[in-house]
Amino acid sequence: MSAQQTRPSRPNRRRVLTDAARAAGACAIVGLGLAKVAVDARALPAQALRPPGALPEADFLGTCIRCGLCVRDCPYDTLSLAELGVDGAATGTPFFVAREVPCEMCDDIPCVAACPTGALTAELDTIDDARMGTAVLVDEEHCLNALGLRCDVCYRVCPVIDKAITLEMRHNVRSGHHAIFMPTVHADACTGCGKCEKSCVLPEAAIKVLPVRLARGEAAEHYRLGWEEMERKGAPVVEGIIDLPDRLPGPSTDNLAAPGGYEPAFKLPGIKQ
Amino acid sequence: MSVKSQLPIAAEAIREKGWLGAHRFLILRRASQVFFLLLFLLGPWFGLWWVKGNLAGSLTFDILPLTDPFVLLQSFLAGHWPAATALTGAAIVAAVYALIGGRVYCSWVCPINPVTDAAHWLHNKLDLQKGWQPKRGTRYWVFAAVLLVSALTGTIAWEFVNPVTLLHRGLVFGFGFAWVAVVAVFLFDLVVSRRGWCAHVCPVGTFYGLLGEASVLRVSAARRADCDDCLDCFAVCPEPHVITPALRGSDGSTPLILSGDCTNCGRCIDVCAPAVFEFAHRFDSRPTPARRERNRVEVPVS
Repeated sequence: MSAQQTRPSRPNRRRVLTDAARAAGACAIVGLGLAKVAVDARALPAQALRPPGALPEADFLGTCIRCGLCVRDCPYDTLSLAELGVDGAATGTPFFVAREVPCEMCDDIPCVAACPTGALTAELDTIDDARMGTAVLVDEEHCLNALGLRCDVCYRVCPVIDKAITLEMRHNVRSGHHAIFMPTVHADACTGCGKCEKSCVLPEAAIKVLPVRLARGEAAEHYRLGWEEMERKGAPVVEGIIDLPDRLPGPSTDNLAAPGGYEPAFKLPGIKQ
Repeated sequence: MSVKSQLPIAAEAIREKGWLGAHRFLILRRASQVFFLLLFLLGPWFGLWWVKGNLAGSLTFDILPLTDPFVLLQSFLAGHWPAATALTGAAIVAAVYALIGGRVYCSWVCPINPVTDAAHWLHNKLDLQKGWQPKRGTRYWVFAAVLLVSALTGTIAWEFVNPVTLLHRGLVFGFGFAWVAVVAVFLFDLVVSRRGWCAHVCPVGTFYGLLGEASVLRVSAARRADCDDCLDCFAVCPEPHVITPALRGSDGSTPLILSGDCTNCGRCIDVCAPAVFEFAHRFDSRPTPARRERNRVEVPVS
């Protein structure tokens, strides 16, 4: 057999390489498009809350298979699966909008029990530990309580009343002789169920449940509150601190004992003067 | 080419076996597709919650969990080890399809199949060009790309765009604009690429094809000696390349269609007038003589 005859039967290297490069290129384009969609999906809209026990959003999108079993087992029809182009959450994932139907915080947490994958983690065994979001009094200018009236609805409906929302009394400067009962959210107890937002009497709620990432700030890890640390330790945090004489306002301000001036607000414990 | 190949598809089979006989598996298949869809719709439509969930994951009679193993594979690559219920469900689904043929899912269950079949029917009616025909390996590239994107983004990537679950979830839970994806697949198959989606692109089908590579239930060209070259089986088969080795094999070769691409739809059995094809099992080793030369119509050389 001559070389000319054998040649065409051998795979053409150039063609194989071209085909592979073409396929890889096409896949890269498809893959990039898909990756863009996947990454964009993390931008969960602020009013869309995940069911109790949901993993953090990035993990949730890798775990939730969008089967809707949590939706089916929710006795209050709170949850629904996001529809493409209608709801902002990633297509097919479960969410709820507090102002429409809040979470009723069932004791047996049926949505978590229904989840086959652990996207709603079974580690959540007490509904009070759920952190679907955090309530924030977003509009003090319209909140009736903040204006000095006694609406109190958000406080009354809160399933964790007096822990998640308290009414903090303060002086009403405007009237001069009334009190303001300020609804105050304590994030360490708020489950984000949304009952306060649902029942706010205003046409647009003044208290809203936001995703924790939006609702909360975060102290730097090395920050210590001096007064807390001192209480815990029973002594100043820094050892061997020298308590220098306080220079206080008042007559003869350089007087160490400050007679006739102001007394120091407190004395450092453990240091004799 | 046989003179018979000039006849309309299945004309002879209808004459031999009657219309019902020549559409047996097609009717059964449509019934199966409707059945599986209805199972999921009984709850939302009639309040009869035998089956909850959708094709990605479901719970039947509050006891039997089923999970799409392809979805779970992506979740695994995204860095999550799913809970036991999902794993059990995926194991059951994978075991069943590994036995009866992975792509049985495509032709007997998948809700996109009637859509692409309708596109194909219209394509033939309108006598359109076959259009872009991707290379055989394309679906594996797409499959690999989907798994890679899942791993890189830490998400179940295909579920953002998967027309199969978009359609099924849409029917069971509510559509939104998910129907756009379904129309897109229909148009793709109609005007861009004949049989393009299911046979060349869909990574779900690719996954199930790989899963059923060694399946027990197979179509066999058991009476290939009787083949009269009408080519109807090739015309109706969504993956015609799978037929050739079985039907055109020599005496010693197996008449079983062993390719994982075969969807076990049974349409070739329907349209074959001499009843060449039948469902068989993988270990069927009855001797099967090859097609005889006399079946070929010699073209006279002038």
